[in-house]
Amino acid sequence: MARIRTVDLTKTFTDASGGVTALDALNLTVQDGEFFALLGPSGCGKTTLLRTLAGLETPTSGAVHIGDADVTHTAPGKRGVAMVFQDYALFPHMTVTENIAYPLRVRGVSKAEQRQAVLAAASELGLTGTDTTVGLLDRRPGALSGGQQQRVALARATAANPTVFLFDEPLSNLDARLRLEARTFLKRLQRELATTTVFVTHDQAEALALADRIAVMQSGRIRQLGTPREVFRRPANTFVASFIGSTPMNLLEGTVRDGRVLVADSEIALPDGTAGAVADGAPVVLGARPEYFRVSSDPLPGAFGGTVAVAENLGSSLLLTLDVAGTAVQAVVGEEEEPEPGARLWALPRQDRTLLYADGELVG
Amino acid sequence: MARTASPRAAEDPAGLGRARAAGIAAPALLVVLAFLVFPALWTLYLGTTNYRLTGFAARHPHSVGLDNYTNVVKDPAFHHSLWLTFEYVVGSAVLGQALLGFAIAWLLREAAGWLKRLIEALVLLAWILPSSVVAFLWSALLDRDQGTFNALAHTQGTAWVVEHPMAVIIVFNIWRGTAFSMLLYSAALTGVPPTQLATARMFGANQWQQLRDVVFPHIRGHILTNLLLISLWTFNDFTPYQLTGGADTRSQILPVYIYQTALFDGQMGLGAAIALLMLVINLVVALVYLRLLRERRGERTA
Amino acid sequence: MRDTSAAAAAASDPGAVVRKIGRYTFLSVLLGFFALPMLWLASAPFNAHPTLNVSISSFTLHNFSVLLKDPYALPSLWNSLLLAGGTALLTVGFAAAAAYALSRVRVPGRNGILYALLLLSSIVTGTAAMVPLFQLAFKLHLIDSRLGVILVFTGGLLPAAIFILKDFTDNTPKSYEESARVFGASPFQIIRHIVLPMIRPGLATVTVWAVVNVWGNFLIPYILVRNPDKYPASVVLYTFYTEGGQPNLDLISAFSLLYSIPVIVLYLFVSHRYGFRFHGGIKR
Ligand SMILES: Nc1ncnc2c1ncn2[C@@H]1O[C@H](COP(=O)(O)OP(=O)(O)O)[C@@H](O)[C@H]1O
Ligand SMILES: [Mg+2]
Repeated sequence: MARIRTVDLTKTFTDASGGVTALDALNLTVQDGEFFALLGPSGCGKTTLLRTLAGLETPTSGAVHIGDADVTHTAPGKRGVAMVFQDYALFPHMTVTENIAYPLRVRGVSKAEQRQAVLAAASELGLTGTDTTVGLLDRRPGALSGGQQQRVALARATAANPTVFLFDEPLSNLDARLRLEARTFLKRLQRELATTTVFVTHDQAEALALADRIAVMQSGRIRQLGTPREVFRRPANTFVASFIGSTPMNLLEGTVRDGRVLVADSEIALPDGTAGAVADGAPVVLGARPEYFRVSSDPLPGAFGGTVAVAENLGSSLLLTLDVAGTAVQAVVGEEEEPEPGARLWALPRQDRTLLYADGELVG
Repeated sequence: MARTASPRAAEDPAGLGRARAAGIAAPALLVVLAFLVFPALWTLYLGTTNYRLTGFAARHPHSVGLDNYTNVVKDPAFHHSLWLTFEYVVGSAVLGQALLGFAIAWLLREAAGWLKRLIEALVLLAWILPSSVVAFLWSALLDRDQGTFNALAHTQGTAWVVEHPMAVIIVFNIWRGTAFSMLLYSAALTGVPPTQLATARMFGANQWQQLRDVVFPHIRGHILTNLLLISLWTFNDFTPYQLTGGADTRSQILPVYIYQTALFDGQMGLGAAIALLMLVINLVVALVYLRLLRERRGERTA
Repeated sequence: MRDTSAAAAAASDPGAVVRKIGRYTFLSVLLGFFALPMLWLASAPFNAHPTLNVSISSFTLHNFSVLLKDPYALPSLWNSLLLAGGTALLTVGFAAAAAYALSRVRVPGRNGILYALLLLSSIVTGTAAMVPLFQLAFKLHLIDSRLGVILVFTGGLLPAAIFILKDFTDNTPKSYEESARVFGASPFQIIRHIVLPMIRPGLATVTVWAVVNVWGNFLIPYILVRNPDKYPASVVLYTFYTEGGQPNLDLISAFSLLYSIPVIVLYLFVSHRYGFRFHGGIKR
C-alpha cells in the first residue's frame, strides 16, 4: 500500500555563493512495511531527501510517489506521512498530552477520541504505567529527559496514524547508552506497527542494526543499496567500504601480478572469485576488514609482516596498527593477545573476506 | 555573532505563500505608509510653501520655492538652536547616558540583593514615568524658593531653570534616559565570556585593562547601536519643552524651535523646512553610525 | 555581593579597600541622584498644603478628594487608558502579523526596508513631522478623534515593534511550524497554535512598551486633541492652575501620583514576572 518511489528526484539549492545539488536524479523504491535507512556523511543530502518526501521541499525536477499516488505537488499535511525531526520539534508551550494529540486536533477529532488516542500511543511508547512516569503526560517537554522527549515525539508521530514514518536522526541527540536502548526499542516498535519507515542517520552502526535495507549516499547520489549484510560484506565501492564498519576497512593500494596482489612489499592472494578479472599490472585497491585477519608471531606465507605501532584496547578485543613497510595495516586480535609495541607480527587476511577494487568499484 | 549552527532550513515553514504573507503584512504597512512615510514626504513639500496655520496663507498656500530653506540656513536663530541641540545630544546622551549607563551596568553586574534592585528600580522608573510628571518633579526639585535641591545644596534663591536652562535640561535628560543604556549594556555584558575575564585577571590585568582588552571588543556593536538610538531619541526629544517652556531661546533645541515656529507662531511652511533639515541631519547621523557598524562587521569577517 | 574570597582579598590589599569605598560612594551618589526628584511624588500628594518642598507636615487625603470633583481629572485617565490600550492592541496585532510574514517569507530587501523604517520612526515620531501630522489629521478629520491619535501612535511605534517581534520569530526554530504542517495544520492554524504562543514573551514586551510610550506621551495628543473632554492625563496635568495663574499644587501633586501609579504597577508586574531586561530584542 504505502510503497515510496522517487523518480529522477533532483533538488538544487541556489544561493549567493552558487548552487548546491543536494539530490542528484535519485531513483529509489522503499517497499511497503520496510525499515529503510538513509546513511551517509553529513551534508550528503539525507535530510533534503527526507524533507522532499515529506513535502517540505519542492523538488527541482523528478517525482515522488507514495502508495499509488503521485504526491510531488501534494501539501505536506495531505501525504499521510509523519515526521520526527532531529530536534523532535515538541511544542514547548503544550503538555505532553497536547503534543501527542496535536495531529488529531488539527483534523478536528473530538476531545474524547483525542484522549483515547493519546493514551493508546502513550502506552505503546511506554510513557504510562511505571512509577517514574506518573504525571508525565501533564508535563511540558522542557521538563522531560532527552529519552522521554524522543518517545513523546515518536508517540505523536504514532498518534497521527500515518502510512509512512520519516525519522531524521532521531537517536543522535541521546547519549551513548540511551541510544542503544532507544535503538532496540525503535526496531521493536517498527516491527509491531509494520509502517513503512525511512530513517536517516550518519551512524553506520545504527543503520546496520536497524534497517531492512540501507541506501548509502554521497553528494546527493546513492552509492550502494542493499541489506545490511550485503553492504557490510561487499561494499560496492571504496567510499562505502571506508564508511561502513566501526573499525574502518584497510584499503591498500597495490598492483595485480600473477594472480596475487602486490601491496606494501607483501604478496597477498587475490580475493575469491576475482582471478582473471583484472589485467596483470593494473592498479587496484585491496580491501580487508581488521576483524578478518589471522595474526601470528611466526612468519605466515602470503601475510603482511610488520611491527606493532599502536595497540588500542577495544574491550573484548585489541586493535593493532601494524607498520608494514611504511604502510599502516590494522588488524583486530582477541583479548588474550598482548603484543608489545615494536613486536614483529604477521597478519594474514581471510581470502574469502578480502575485496578487490579497481577504479574505486568492487571487482567480481 | 551568537548565531547557532542551525541547518539552513527552507523559507516559509508554515506554507503561507507570498499572497497570504502580503495580506497579513498589509495592515501594518498601510498604517506605517500613511502615518509615518507620508508625513515625512509631506514635510518635503510643505517646506517649499508659505503655508500658515491661520490667515490668508492658511487657505491659499503657494509655493515659495527654496526660500524657506535659504532663510532657515541663513537664520542665526537656527544656527544657535542647532548648536544647542548638539550640546544637548553630546552632553546628555553620548556622554551622560551612555557613560553612566555603562558604569551602572558594570558596577551592578555582580552585585545582588536590595542595593542592585533599588538602583535598577529607580533608574527604570525615571525612564518610564510619564514625561509630564517627571517635568513637574524636576520643577519642584529645582524651584527657586522651595526646591529640595536648593535646600540641600544651600543655594537658596537660585532659579536653576531660569539661570542655567541648558545645564538643567542636560542633567535632566541624563536622569531620564540612562535606563536604556543600562539595560542594553547589562544585556551586552552577560555576553562577555566569564572565562576570558578570568583569564585576563589571571594574567594580572587591572579593571581598566580588563575593560579595554576583553569587554569593549565584545560589546562594541552594542555600544554603537546604543549611541545611535539614544542620539536620535535625544535629538528629537520634546520633553525639555515641558521643563523650560518654548520661549527661552537659551535652551531652544531644534524640536522646541520647530514647535515654536510652526505651531506657536503659525509659520507651518517655515517649520516644515526646519523639520526637513532636521530629518537630513538625523539621516546623516544614522548613516555615520551604520557605517561604523558595518566597518566593524567587515573587520570581523576579514 | 562578591563572594567571601573577594572580601578576604580586600582585607589584605589596601588598593581593594579603596576601590570598594569608591564603588560604594559612587553607588550612594547615584542612589541620591535618581531618588531625589521622586521624593516629591511620594510626599506632596499627602500634604495639606503642598509646596514644591519635600515634607509631610500634615498628612491628608484631601487633595485626592478635590481631584475626584475635578471634571477633567478622572476622565483624562480613562482617555489615556483608551489611547494606550487601543494603540497597544493595534500595534501588537499588526506588528506580529507583519513580523511573522517578514521573518518567514523571503521579500527582497526586507532587512533594508525594516532598518529604514526604524530610522524614520525614531526620527519622525519625535517632532520633525508634527506639522504634516497635524495637517494630515486635519485633512482626514481626525483632529479631536481618539482613532486619529491611536493611528498616529501606531504608525510611529510599528517599525520598532515589528523589529522586536521579528527578532523573536527569527530566533524560533522553524521545525515547530514544519512539524505542525506535516501533521496537516493550515497556515493560520500554525500561526494560532504554534507561532503566537511561542513569541508570547515578545508580545508582552511590545505591549508593555507601547502602553508606556503612549501613556507618557505629551506632544501628539497636545497637537491633535483640542477638546478638553478628550485630553489624556499627560495634557490635563498642564491645565491645573489656580485663579491667580499659579500651578495648583494640590491637584498637580495628587494627580501626578494617580497618573503614575499604573506605570509603577506595570513596572512591578513586569519585573516580577519576567525580570525587566532585554532578551534577544536588541541586535548589535
Ligand atoms: N535551505 C538550504 N539552502 C541552501 N543549501 C541547503 C539548504 N538545505 C540544505 N542545503 C545543502 O544541501 C546539502 C545537503 O544538505 P542536507 O540534506 O541537510 O544533508 P544531511 O542531512 O545529509 O547532512 C548540503 O550541502 C547543504 O548545505
Ligand atoms: Mg541532516
